[in-house]
Amino acid sequence: MNTFIPRDEQDVATIVSDAAAKGTLLNLAGSGSKAAMGRPNQTDASVTSAALSGITLYEPAEMVIAARSGTPLSEVVTTLAEKGQQLSFEPMDYRPLLGTTGEPTIGAVAAMNISGPRRIMVGAARDSLIGVRFVNGRGEMVKSGGRVMKNVTGLDLVKLMAGSWGTLGFLTEVTFKVLPRPERTSTLLIRGLDDGVAIEALAAALGSPFDVTGAAHLPAPDRLGARTLIRLEGFSVSVDYRLNELRRLLKRFGPADILEGRGADAVWQSVRDATVLPERGERAIWRVSTAPTNGPILTARIAAAIDAQWFYDWGGGLVWIASPLDGDLGASVIREATRALGGHATLVSAPDSERSRVDVFEPQTEAVMALTRSIKASFDPVGILNPGRMYAGI
Amino acid sequence: MSIAFPTPDEAVLSRRSEILAGLGRLVAPEALIVSEDERRAFETDGLTAYRQLPLAVVLPSSTEEVAAVLRFCRDHRVKVVPRGAGTSLSGGAIPQADAIVLGVAKMNRVLDVDFKNRTARVQSGITNLGISQAVAHEGFFYAPDPSSQLACTIAGNIAMNSGGAHCLKYGVTTNNLLGVTMVLLDGTVVEIGGDYLDSGGYDLLGLITGSEGQLGVVTEATVRILRAAEGARPALLGFERVEDAGACVAAIIAAGIIPVALEYMDRPAIQICEAFAHAGYPLDVEAMLIVEVEGSDAEIDDMLRRIVAIAEPFRPKTAKVSQSEAESAAIWKGRKSAFGATGRVADYICMDGTIPTGQLPHVLKRIDEIAKSYGLGVANVFHAGDGNLHPLVMFDTNKPGEMEKAEAAGEDILKLCVEVGGCLTGEHGVGIEKRDLMTYQFNRVDLEQQMRVRGVFDPGWLLNPAKVFPLEERFAA
Ligand SMILES: Cc1cc2nc3c(=O)[nH]c(=O)nc-3n(C[C@H](O)[C@H](O)[C@H](O)COP(=O)(O)OP(=O)(O)OC[C@H]3O[C@@H](n4cnc5c(N)ncnc54)[C@H](O)[C@@H]3O)c2cc1C
Repeated sequence: MNTFIPRDEQDVATIVSDAAAKGTLLNLAGSGSKAAMGRPNQTDASVTSAALSGITLYEPAEMVIAARSGTPLSEVVTTLAEKGQQLSFEPMDYRPLLGTTGEPTIGAVAAMNISGPRRIMVGAARDSLIGVRFVNGRGEMVKSGGRVMKNVTGLDLVKLMAGSWGTLGFLTEVTFKVLPRPERTSTLLIRGLDDGVAIEALAAALGSPFDVTGAAHLPAPDRLGARTLIRLEGFSVSVDYRLNELRRLLKRFGPADILEGRGADAVWQSVRDATVLPERGERAIWRVSTAPTNGPILTARIAAAIDAQWFYDWGGGLVWIASPLDGDLGASVIREATRALGGHATLVSAPDSERSRVDVFEPQTEAVMALTRSIKASFDPVGILNPGRMYAGI
Repeated sequence: MSIAFPTPDEAVLSRRSEILAGLGRLVAPEALIVSEDERRAFETDGLTAYRQLPLAVVLPSSTEEVAAVLRFCRDHRVKVVPRGAGTSLSGGAIPQADAIVLGVAKMNRVLDVDFKNRTARVQSGITNLGISQAVAHEGFFYAPDPSSQLACTIAGNIAMNSGGAHCLKYGVTTNNLLGVTMVLLDGTVVEIGGDYLDSGGYDLLGLITGSEGQLGVVTEATVRILRAAEGARPALLGFERVEDAGACVAAIIAAGIIPVALEYMDRPAIQICEAFAHAGYPLDVEAMLIVEVEGSDAEIDDMLRRIVAIAEPFRPKTAKVSQSEAESAAIWKGRKSAFGATGRVADYICMDGTIPTGQLPHVLKRIDEIAKSYGLGVANVFHAGDGNLHPLVMFDTNKPGEMEKAEAAGEDILKLCVEVGGCLTGEHGVGIEKRDLMTYQFNRVDLEQQMRVRGVFDPGWLLNPAKVFPLEERFAA
């Protein structure tokens, strides 16, 4: 398959308008580290952001960074760290889960709206994304948003681009607002809670005034090994104070240990990257967003029907599920439970052959699907950009 | 009066009585307002220099009624201007002669509060403050806090993606909204999002937020509610030079501190607000910052100590930490009544551009020069942490030509904001006020992509059609 490596936005525009004229279906890619996600689709050529690299603007005092879409995420992270700042939404690294290599790009973080545990406190990637430049399916170079963090000028196409998986346009440059890295991070660990009680504990913590920035529950086969994690960040004095207050507030759930340093960072990284799940190579991986107290109800329903493993982030509102690689991968049970309780489920990882048999993204209502189709056509009338990557016909 | 309304559609005007009769069959009698006297109350919004009586006003009390009215208007090609409380400062809710106003103010109930999951489901006509009041007994609140929060509705907040003084920490409307029920022009009721985070599929919720009533009518919303901090207290820092205040803001952020609010007022604004609120503002400084932090008493003390120390190298003339709730309330009363207090001393128009904060000293100097070149005064209050400016250009309506001068000065200021890398509007919306300036920020291709998306929802330009997009740039999508 032909691969285009545009050197600048104008190149992208030329490639896409040619493709539109000829009806060439394009696969849009960063480094390809997440090629095994989404619906498998048939395309005629690839366009990569590999040569669109480099930070184009960084103003620490204004808490804003802009980069060409092919810039490695690691370069952005390192540049920010040098000034004591970070992408606050804590983007997940999918490579361990997918077993892929390649250097994730900042463009993909925007295109797939990739966030992590801190999403509950500071929002998702889409909340930090303040500006985009992209080439639409007509080969036109479009901008939306900008470099200032308060901006309501015109329709917010930035949000539409975030999480559209390259089906609306090829991102060429993205601008994020950033936040300071905390002086100190500390985690309360409570052991041995069952799922329902753990989610109660997390709800109590999240409903407190103590600014919890991570709330996860990792069940274990023998329950005693179960761990409930509550993360606090900030200035040291303040973290100490809030640790004490939270411990008192959560007393009825049992004694809480304090985790800090590299061990604690590693635990949060395994929550962020979903490597907490055992046997991930041999199972299908699902990601379900629901109201937090629905988390344990959802898993109980699923566990009654299939052999599932799971853990919770976002206070119970994000449920990661590993299901057996047979039948429909648990799709009907998981979708049924998600629909009944409210939320959306995404099949994150499964072999290509399986992902073409099962809906990868949450099926939408007919009214929303009609809007989705028309919006797709308004950006990409011929339907050449990542066709079918999200939904059939999109 | 320099902003044009499109010429009304004579055919629609001539069918008025027929249209009113049709609407009368769809809603309860008291929901349909036709008399000139009563329609008067809806002829303008917060941009009071412009006014226009609508054909009629409809105030439905259910989503079904909204759907019936929209379907009727689509079928009969009648334009619709959605309305909340009518506090828009950009003329977003100002009617047109050949349009009906569709107001959601009667739909103002709280439907459900879920403290464990920290969400509230409300009808869209509830006021912003009404949501916070409904959850306050458990120590919760709804975070975005526009100064108009006593009056403005969540429907208007969603349509404008409104912000407030505390959005540096908590974000604006779009960051605090989880789901909506929206009625499309053809009467279809769509559920978007829900009581969970993020959505499957395209981020329609993000698109609807800030869409200024052009995509559909929002009738219900699910918002995030948050547990309030244990306490909050501001400090006042006064500086002799604008540059010092700007540098101090940068230094606070460089130290890793994100205050919950970081507000800036210049000398004229300080004088005006102090005279009104008696907040103890320093009167001998060029620039003042209100820096508020949250937490327990000890956390607040620690943080304010750090902030005062950070300010030290910039030689503040005043560095005063609030000692009591009363003092804090007075400090905020001064800031939050800035528009009202200015209104007591002059007529004014309020601009709303955002700039990169590094450009602050340059932009403030230019704003001053621009106002002077028109012979007008200007007072500046703004959200310093995020660069969202509110220059209040003052004039006297009774002096012929002054209002036009003020509008021209305002236009120059907004162009300046775009020139230095910012934008036309940070939180008040484009409305009619900034509609004709959109070409300064966006080129034709950018605007066409937006209009094509608009066209998905309203191909015939019936929903709030006189707003946001320059009249001459339009095309049928
Ligand atoms: C004194 C004062 C202070 C202010 N302070 C702030 C501030 O600090 N921050 C800030 O952001 N704004 C502020 N504003 C501006 C204004 O209050 C906000 O824009 C507010 O969100 C408007 O709400 P509303 O209910 O009055 O809406 P309206 O003015 O009635 O309407 C605003 C827009 O929303 C649309 N709309 C209304 N209802 C619906 C619906 N159901 N579905 C779809 N579209 C709808 C309208 O068509 C219009 O375009 C202030 C205004 C005043 C007068």
